[in-house]
Amino acid sequence: MKKQLIELRVNGRPRELAVEPSKLLLETLRQDLQLTGSKRGCDDSSCGACTVLIDGVPMLSCTLLAASCEGQEITTVEGVSEHGALAAIQKAYGDWGGAQCGFCTPGFMMTVKHLLATTANPSEAEIREALSSNLCRCTGYSQMYQAIKAAIEAEQKGMDSLSQQVAK
Amino acid sequence: MVELRSTGKPRAAVRTWTSFMTDFSIIGKPIAMVDAAEKTTGAGKYTDDLSLPGMLIGKILHSPHPHARIKRIDTSRAQKLNDVIAVVVGADAPNPYGILPVGHDEHALAIDKVRYIGDNLACVVAVSEATAEAALELVEVEYEILPAYFDPEESMKAESNLIHDNKPHNLEKDYHHTFGDPDKGFAQSDYVTESRYLANEVTHAAMEPHSTLASFDIDSQTGQAGRLTVWSSTQVPYYLQHKLSLVLDMPMSQIRVIKPLVGGGFGGKSEVIPLEIIAAVAARKAKAPVKITYTREEVFWAHRGRPRTIIDLKTGVKNDGRITAVKARVVQDGGAYCSYGVVTILYSGALLGALYDIPNIHYDGYRVLTNKPACGAMRGHGTVNVRFAFESQLDEIAGRLQIDPAEIRRRNLLKPPCITVNGLRVQSYGLPECIDKIVERSGWKSRKGKMPKSRGLGIACSHYVSGAANSIIRSDMPHSTVNIKIDRDGGVVVYTGASEIGQGSDTMTAQVAAETLGCALSRIKIVAADTDLTPIDIGSYSSRVTFMAGNATMRAAQEVKKQIASAAAKKMNCAPEDLVFRDDSVFKQSTDHVGAGLRPAQEEQNSASVSGRVEGQILRGSLQQKRKDEGPKDSMSFEEAVVATIDFHGALTGTGSYAPPLEARGGKHKGGGVGPSPAYSYSAQVAEVSVDEDTGEVTVHKVWAAHDCGRALNPVSVEGQIIGSVWMGMGQALTEEMVWKDGLLMNPGLLEYRSPSSVESPEIEPIIVESIDPEGPFGAKECSEGSLAATIPAIANAIYDAVGIRLRESPFTPERVLAALRAKKNAKTLDMTEGVDPTAPVRLREHGGALWFKGKGPERHELDPARRTEGG
Repeated sequence: MKKQLIELRVNGRPRELAVEPSKLLLETLRQDLQLTGSKRGCDDSSCGACTVLIDGVPMLSCTLLAASCEGQEITTVEGVSEHGALAAIQKAYGDWGGAQCGFCTPGFMMTVKHLLATTANPSEAEIREALSSNLCRCTGYSQMYQAIKAAIEAEQKGMDSLSQQVAK
Repeated sequence: MVELRSTGKPRAAVRTWTSFMTDFSIIGKPIAMVDAAEKTTGAGKYTDDLSLPGMLIGKILHSPHPHARIKRIDTSRAQKLNDVIAVVVGADAPNPYGILPVGHDEHALAIDKVRYIGDNLACVVAVSEATAEAALELVEVEYEILPAYFDPEESMKAESNLIHDNKPHNLEKDYHHTFGDPDKGFAQSDYVTESRYLANEVTHAAMEPHSTLASFDIDSQTGQAGRLTVWSSTQVPYYLQHKLSLVLDMPMSQIRVIKPLVGGGFGGKSEVIPLEIIAAVAARKAKAPVKITYTREEVFWAHRGRPRTIIDLKTGVKNDGRITAVKARVVQDGGAYCSYGVVTILYSGALLGALYDIPNIHYDGYRVLTNKPACGAMRGHGTVNVRFAFESQLDEIAGRLQIDPAEIRRRNLLKPPCITVNGLRVQSYGLPECIDKIVERSGWKSRKGKMPKSRGLGIACSHYVSGAANSIIRSDMPHSTVNIKIDRDGGVVVYTGASEIGQGSDTMTAQVAAETLGCALSRIKIVAADTDLTPIDIGSYSSRVTFMAGNATMRAAQEVKKQIASAAAKKMNCAPEDLVFRDDSVFKQSTDHVGAGLRPAQEEQNSASVSGRVEGQILRGSLQQKRKDEGPKDSMSFEEAVVATIDFHGALTGTGSYAPPLEARGGKHKGGGVGPSPAYSYSAQVAEVSVDEDTGEVTVHKVWAAHDCGRALNPVSVEGQIIGSVWMGMGQALTEEMVWKDGLLMNPGLLEYRSPSSVESPEIEPIIVESIDPEGPFGAKECSEGSLAATIPAIANAIYDAVGIRLRESPFTPERVLAALRAKKNAKTLDMTEGVDPTAPVRLREHGGALWFKGKGPERHELDPARRTEGG
């Protein structure tokens, strides 16, 4: 199949690529852009390990064509950490045991990032509902809830200290 | 059980910290895993994330038949396709292999026969995955279809068309063990009960599909292909290196196996999986690096999970609940190859012991070959299904004798230190405390028997080895060896063959090294699981890493510490024994703690002190250092002590290794090598469930899980392992089941193989019990497997408590629960379980599985015993 030239915006940067029209976004990220953080865990969009944000909405990159994502803002797990440091949710996942083998973790990072961006103080039921799009075989999810709650707390503390600084 | 009290107290472990030191500075505190950031940022590399220049992609052709002779295989059309570089078949690598020395019955690719749907026939190597896939369609294979066997009890009757010619009656292995006098034990009992239990098949379904990348170097001397490097998602690089050497006819020293990050194993990567061998054979033929990554469906075919098991269990007890004898007959549906099967069937019998005091045991174990993907080791290897039967039966007995189910377990405790009737040495034994803790936390006494309608509580216990005392390749060589190198930069590099697979192996190693050396955790660098760089370790399985690699790490650290102590003692003008290593400093024991250069406790403990830097110089000459040091001191920074040691001794390196002590290696009987362990973990659980009597759906509301892990080195990881085990046990109890139709797996996907999602996962309260094992590193034992087995019977017993049905076939799916409920109410039976009563199952279902698939299966030979008499 003949390749076509496309331009993707990935993690805030423009990337020009030649890909087959049939090429999946997941493969384009992993093979053409070497962004191997997004994982392939299944073949039938059932595991969520390939989740990326498309214009802020979690989508499975294994069922999207790369060429169909032109003009949209794609965020992968490589775009989650901030200024060379772990984002609150990344730190909390480490501290609370939210990641064991880590293979599903990039997908969870994207799902949780969206949850925290759209729901200010999610209840446990809301967290469970959100996480049900992603599978994990190691953790039984429990420590992820603790991590998410800790991240929300840390974010809020950060916000508070920021607003205090502004007030000064 | 032979009590060991008369022989004195168990041998104390070699401890390095001085007696006045009652607490630890690194271990025992929850810390993030050392590789956590790699995982949360996506920077960490798993095998499929790697690529090499000129790398090709391999795709495997699988058998569509469960049992067939290969009459002809023609790859010429596939070979002619553009961009196909090579096609590999069985003849390219004819040497047999298998994970067990007694089970070398596999080939990289089938030679004469295929033995299950999914067996490996050929591998196409091409420039792209799409081309390789297209070429697979062009490989022509002519088969002679043979009768196939899917039911282990039917398979055992086979006289001809055997799955392996050297295994009469398709019997891989059978064992018959008698310990004590079971006949006498049953004669002495007041009450005997006997039932059949069935546990259906489950698989690991680790999130990372297996992947292998293989590449040959060109040898400078010969100019020909030389050393082989393999990156693979494996739990045991050493075994892979060993089997590659067998199949490729290459010396082990010419093969380097590197384990990148591994996305979960649970036993599924603890043996050599076909693609690992095929990738190397393909790279040799294609003369280029080859990567093969399984699709999710291929992962299910590769399998090596927990076999379907039939357990006929008989238990005799006195009226007070004391067990007098146990008889178990276990039949395992092992699939088409030996895999770990011989070990699995032995574990099923051996670990009847070491949990309770059972004076008389009779065990008959049969590992049977069938035309299905091979079963192997899975979390709780061999013990889980038998434990489901045993703990269910014990619950039944307690009910019959009107003894509280927690109490009957207490009445059958071991009295450690002891040796069980089947030769297992038990030292640390936290089971009594585990039972106490869950009884207390769950409100057992006040709530049991007073639950609302259709809601119930169930209790069960389990245990597991902290590493097998005997390696599968029998020898007296160490099971783990660790090297440590410390240089003048103050960095501590630990070289370990232990395999991080997500359980925290690298973190444990770093913690044990830092605690032993008293240095900051940030000084420790881990180089792991690379057969060129790291000493041989027999890998991550049988929950052995903390106990064995942890002990080896501790010994290596003690060796370097001794050298540092002798040099530092000279500097400080004291005896080496008077020195304390702690908080990144070395100081005299008599010195006041805070005044001795120790940083305040609230200061970040993980950062290395920089007091060793002399006037801004990071690397300083020893003479300069000596000039700076006038007169003896009371304390030194770790880095100063290291520099002083290199001054005195030159290079600073140490080695430690671990082999289980002889007295922990078990009895002399045939098969007695499996089951013994230097230490056992213990678990007790209470599950709270409710049952929807209209739909048969079981909901687990909460599980209280107490686990005796010896000492919790990293409590957050220990809790994570307990929760993960309980959760995986719950999956096997309620939803997970491989559904077969004439050897074809009907649910080879993560949607159909129903692993619980976050909304179906209950609250699991982990309770850490620390029995402090005398031989474990800092007293630690395993925490990653032992909890799994108790969850299934705890849920089964809770279902009985809730609605009065005793389910003896797992998983407890809605159709099984409903069938049992309707039978209990004498309601019209619904034919959802193929006529198999889940409360009294007599046989495995014809096709196995919850979904009674009525469609047409694959083509059957007319002699095939599995062929249905009437049109499908």
